[in-house]
Amino acid sequence: MADPSLSILVIDENRARAAIIEAGLREAGHSHVTLVHSLTGLARRVEEAAPDVIVIDLENPGRDMLEHMFQLSRAVRRPVAMFVDRSDSDAIARAVEAGVSAYVVDGLRQERVKPILDMAVSRFNAYARLTRELEAARDELEGRKVVDRAKRFLMKQKRITEDEAYALLRRTAMNRNRRIVEIAQSLLTAADLLGDDL
Amino acid sequence: MTHRIAAGFLPLLDSALLVTAQARGFAAAEGVDLLLLPETSWATLRDRLAVGQMQVAHMLGPLPIAGNLGLWPLPARTVVPMALGLGGNAVTVSNALWTLMAREGATPDLAPAPNGRALRAVVARRARDGWARLRFGVVHPHSGHNYELRYWLAACGLDPSRDVEIAVLPPSFMPEALVAGTLDGFCAGEPWNTAAVLRGAGRIATVKAAIWRNSPEKVLAAEATWADRNPEALDALLRALHRASLWCAEPANQAELAALLAERIGCPPDWLRPALAGEILAGPGLTTRVPDFFVPQASAATFPWKSHALWFYSQMVRWGQVVPGPEAAAAARESYRPDLWRRALRPLGVAQPAANAKVEGALDRPTPVGSTGPSLVLGPDGFFDGQRFDPDSLDAYIATQAGSSTAHEA
Repeated sequence: MADPSLSILVIDENRARAAIIEAGLREAGHSHVTLVHSLTGLARRVEEAAPDVIVIDLENPGRDMLEHMFQLSRAVRRPVAMFVDRSDSDAIARAVEAGVSAYVVDGLRQERVKPILDMAVSRFNAYARLTRELEAARDELEGRKVVDRAKRFLMKQKRITEDEAYALLRRTAMNRNRRIVEIAQSLLTAADLLGDDL
Repeated sequence: MTHRIAAGFLPLLDSALLVTAQARGFAAAEGVDLLLLPETSWATLRDRLAVGQMQVAHMLGPLPIAGNLGLWPLPARTVVPMALGLGGNAVTVSNALWTLMAREGATPDLAPAPNGRALRAVVARRARDGWARLRFGVVHPHSGHNYELRYWLAACGLDPSRDVEIAVLPPSFMPEALVAGTLDGFCAGEPWNTAAVLRGAGRIATVKAAIWRNSPEKVLAAEATWADRNPEALDALLRALHRASLWCAEPANQAELAALLAERIGCPPDWLRPALAGEILAGPGLTTRVPDFFVPQASAATFPWKSHALWFYSQMVRWGQVVPGPEAAAAARESYRPDLWRRALRPLGVAQPAANAKVEGALDRPTPVGSTGPSLVLGPDGFFDGQRFDPDSLDAYIATQAGSSTAHEA
């Protein structure tokens, strides 16, 4: 159940990911959401937002600074502690695995915060998956280019057709139990080392 | 059999042993497949260690103690089987503050007593004129940096909790913070002091090695359950780190070590050379020789002395971070595990200190001490104010130290 009265601060230098978290929070009915992308003036931003919940990515170099601010509890009205559900150690591991951490002001009941952290964890994971898929697509494209170059090289060297060049690559890959793109890459590397014109 | 170990670290000068163990093949030679995971905050290193994403980590010496005292936000038990060297930090001040300190008698020789007196005079003058307090940066509340800065200020007659403000900032942000005026000074490890001087952002006022010579800094922290269940893997890693420490201590390897570290930190190798050579650039063209600035091997530099753990604990009490008591003192003492160090290095015939703790500040010159195996010489370990810390008189030491004016402030 979303609790629209909560003020939530999202600290993430990655603007795209922060926007995805923000969208998730708004979809869940949270209207008091503030995004911070830079460490400059962080103390003032925290003070202004007076957050009940802070969501921060684990790669953020400002975490030590933030935790110290909470200890001093000068920049915030009430003491803030890292959100740790001690009855559910898997929840901590899942959050760290996803790369996200949350802090809550003292006195907030766990069930009010848990859905926010769960949402952040799933969106962080979705973002990571998306990034991986993009990389895989890029690798795939690169792979196709490598195979094309290897084919052209074989066609020129052995005076064979494109189909024959591809068949040769595929046969070699099968014999050596490797992927076609790996065979193509080693062929190109070898040719490069030997100074052959590609 | 290969031991797969994930080690977290912050790219800093004193990650040298871990970086070298991996890059120079010492880990592989001991059968350790060492995966180094760079992080950007101690908090994240702590969290990943606590949930088991890494088995060991490069850590601020007091941090595992804080965890075992229940000061971490998440439950974890951590042991320290090895230290990762001695020294390595400095106190840098902005050019504007240095100018004021120089008028009060500060000199570029890095001496803590006269430069601290000069700082005290500046602070007194500012208070009289109604100016804002000076603000100093440290990397973490539970750090050697925080404690040595406070020790220096307090021994020079300042109350670190009242007369100045102490803020936490990542070290790589500190040189810019001096230029921007958001900090007047900071205590950090290398290369960030040298970086500030080379960029014209500030001047080094004093060094850790002068405040407390051959004093503890970073350690290897191991998740306790993993360490209990994998003694062979831990021993192999400690042997690899010991071999790495020998390599790091060899002057002929300095240039290569500087390059290895610079690559991970993302800075020019020039930023590492002053610390590795022990020739500190206090200001433009002002080099001061500091022989024990960073000690990776000599003086049993990797030995996790229980007296080091207890000194850190005494400062946690002093600055109101922990409520003192026999149980807390015991937890601090048990955090450092010289027995694990001995178990791992005994087969190598390394000189082993006969004791697990020593009176800190008792040696004023290199001194042969009781050891098993080859003979062992410890370097001078004096505090600049001549005080001694006898771990057997922990409560008396705590009682004599001027503490924080506001409890639980740091």
